[in-house]
Amino acid sequence: MSTRTFKIWRGDSRGGEFNQYDTDVDEGMVVLDVLHRIQALQVNDLAIRWNCKAGKCGSCSMEINGQPRLACMTRMNSFGPEEVITVQPLKAFPIIKDLTCDVSWNYEQNKRIAPFKPKPRGRDGEHRMYQQDVDRVQEFRKCIECFLCQDVCHVVRDRDHRDAFVGPRFMIRLASLEMHPLDDDDRVPEIKKEYGSGMCNITKCCTETCPEHINITDNGIIPLKERVVDRYYDPLARLARLFAGRKVRTKTRTEEQSR
Amino acid sequence: MNVSEIQTFEHDVLVIGAGGAGLRAAIECSARGLNTGVISKSLLGKAHTVMAEGGMAASLGNVDRRDNWKIHFRDTMRGGKFLNQWRMAELHAKQAPERVRELEEWGAVFDRTPDGLISQRNFGGHRYPRLAHVGDRTGLELIRTLQDHGVHQGIHFHMECTALRLLVDGGRIAGVAGYWRDTGRFVLFRTSTVIMATGGGGKAWNVTSNSWEYTGDGAALAYEAGAELMDLEFTQFHPTGMVWPPSVRGTLVTEGVRGDGGILLNNKGERFMFNYIPKRFAPETADTIIEADKWPDDPSARRPPELLTRDVVARAIRAEVQAGRGSPHGGVFLDIASRRPADSIKRKLPSMYHQFKELAEVDITTTPMEVGPTLHYFMGGIRVDADTQQTNVPGLFACGECAAGLHGANRLGGNSLSDLIVFGRLAGVGVAAYLSELGTTPRADDAQIISAYREATDILNRETGENPYLMHEALQDVMSTNVGIVRTGPELQTAVEQLKELKVRAQNLKAPGTSQYNPGWHEALSVKSLLIVGEAVARAAYIREESRGAHTRLDFEGEREECARFNVVTKKGPDGEMQVDKVERPDPPKKLAAIGYATLEELEGGQVE
Repeated sequence: MSTRTFKIWRGDSRGGEFNQYDTDVDEGMVVLDVLHRIQALQVNDLAIRWNCKAGKCGSCSMEINGQPRLACMTRMNSFGPEEVITVQPLKAFPIIKDLTCDVSWNYEQNKRIAPFKPKPRGRDGEHRMYQQDVDRVQEFRKCIECFLCQDVCHVVRDRDHRDAFVGPRFMIRLASLEMHPLDDDDRVPEIKKEYGSGMCNITKCCTETCPEHINITDNGIIPLKERVVDRYYDPLARLARLFAGRKVRTKTRTEEQSR
Repeated sequence: MNVSEIQTFEHDVLVIGAGGAGLRAAIECSARGLNTGVISKSLLGKAHTVMAEGGMAASLGNVDRRDNWKIHFRDTMRGGKFLNQWRMAELHAKQAPERVRELEEWGAVFDRTPDGLISQRNFGGHRYPRLAHVGDRTGLELIRTLQDHGVHQGIHFHMECTALRLLVDGGRIAGVAGYWRDTGRFVLFRTSTVIMATGGGGKAWNVTSNSWEYTGDGAALAYEAGAELMDLEFTQFHPTGMVWPPSVRGTLVTEGVRGDGGILLNNKGERFMFNYIPKRFAPETADTIIEADKWPDDPSARRPPELLTRDVVARAIRAEVQAGRGSPHGGVFLDIASRRPADSIKRKLPSMYHQFKELAEVDITTTPMEVGPTLHYFMGGIRVDADTQQTNVPGLFACGECAAGLHGANRLGGNSLSDLIVFGRLAGVGVAAYLSELGTTPRADDAQIISAYREATDILNRETGENPYLMHEALQDVMSTNVGIVRTGPELQTAVEQLKELKVRAQNLKAPGTSQYNPGWHEALSVKSLLIVGEAVARAAYIREESRGAHTRLDFEGEREECARFNVVTKKGPDGEMQVDKVERPDPPKKLAAIGYATLEELEGGQVE
């Protein structure tokens, strides 16, 4: 057991400040354990969001020494023995209180995405998909919606661009639908024009931050960008489509309706 | 306080809880044209369902064609030591395959068989590979599928909102009084039906796989509204929780580790489970290492004893530790490293690999895990009608872990996720039927609404009082010491006495700070639920004088024939005290009894209708 110093941001949407707390820390503890100890013994009303405490639900996202992290997966022995640990809420979202922030914007983005549209079942009444064809979709579906990728995304963080880009979390959600062997919907025009695939400038901060180690940029966003390029900017592909008499949609459904 | 000034929502049905059962129930209600609201203590998609790892049981027969509902039904009844509600076990076994296929229709991506169907894995107590799964994160797949489907069904989701009290009018459900966690403001739901889908109450113990949400709110609110609770003495200790480091003690290690070939060893390196095979399972369990190692590739080999039901394995681990044969940190060893190649472990058990690497600095592809029992699941809960999921309170329904009946004295792994989707849907069907025959709309009077809010704010307004966090710890100490994996009459009496004292002290809980996002206040409110549930478990355990399934009494060894004839039902008596009764079980339908008691040979030979 040792005594450690924590600087915790306390306040609400009107403002706040860092308060310092000294507390005992036992072997094997993670940051969330220490915050709970401070909460139980020193500041009963310290607001923290958490659930599973095993890295599976993505609730306890916060910035720890400036890094967006899950508090439940950040071990105390990853810090130097004398290091002061500074904890604050995610910067990309409005603060509710202390370490909690309002992440409802993310839920709104998810709702904008058209739902899964399954192909009809086979004659035997089954959907057949092969493991090698679902591997990449399963990678995206590991996402625990901790929104750390949204927090580090420069586009999302810069609030002026919020309406133009759904952020990395929802780009991989789109990728999980677009690459789903059973999904029958064409999502490319919306990916370009409504969800803003072009806004991502591939700095890969999201990938580096993802606690589930999802290769967000390389496996999710870049392939979506490629699909957009194929549809809109590849002259050979356009010619080939023209000769084959194959039509693809370039307008979004909203654009089609307003015509 | 003026009720008309409180923010008010009107719904046909309010679902409390947004885990697998709540979401499936809400989807069904909405599909039936009902104005459907859902409240959840957490954000959407964070419920404890995400922690379910191994899979959902359904006799699809994709991996072994011989599987069918009857065998699943028989496994469930045997696992539950025949204390399950027969009709619920029947409905579950029959409907689970269709519910799993429906998830695929909504976008779920299960692991596949070589010919492209939903793959199924072996699990404790299941005769055949039966669990549809996604690696070891099946719960996340379930909740995300329901969430992403659900948000397009016109359901009103009220996130981070907690129910304080069920409101009634002449005994019928009339609404729910609640509050927003983030602002602390009160909110009123006027609704003629409520579906409880709040999960269990594992947070009454200190070593548990459950998250903070598991405070028995559903059972406690239902109890206060006059509903009956049942089978609460059956609390499942999952045999394999992490034991080291202390901060993660109790965190779940999926049964999938054993399903995929993992073995249990004591500190002498012995596979001790061979010494703990109960008579009932002996004909179907391998009794030598040679035979166990041939399974599952050799169809004539019987299942290894590591895959016995959870109650048996948990007690065996406890006995090994008590006999001094435990691991350094008071568990036993779970070894997959020496059994399977590293890349296969990482592919089949990615989140276990991740969890041990990050939290315990153990590489499970090279080193055995240390594991021990952890409070995992409530088989008991709110008593419901098998077909409609309705309670004895008109308009109140329950499904998922907070409802009782499907699992009897012990739940099989994998039967929980399928429980959620089968009975979540049936609760929705039940609500629609109830509403179609509802005459006048019940309406809650202002007095009960105001009293619910006043009781909650008293905790904030008191000058001084008990620390809610420490009160919770005291309660956990009582339960863990006296209502553990093995129990005795005197200890259970002690628990009831001590809980009574805590109840008195809980009248004086104090949460400092304002009502805005105040976890101390939330904790104080949860403690009230936990006290009710804890007392109900202790009292039910006291009057069941036998050892059956997850309930082990040192002073009453073994199953007793006469105890198979009743379920323990708990309710609030007319004097306001908890009343616990043995309620006789009706005879099972002949057809179901024939299946349940058949030998495997008879059942698989087609000799049972």
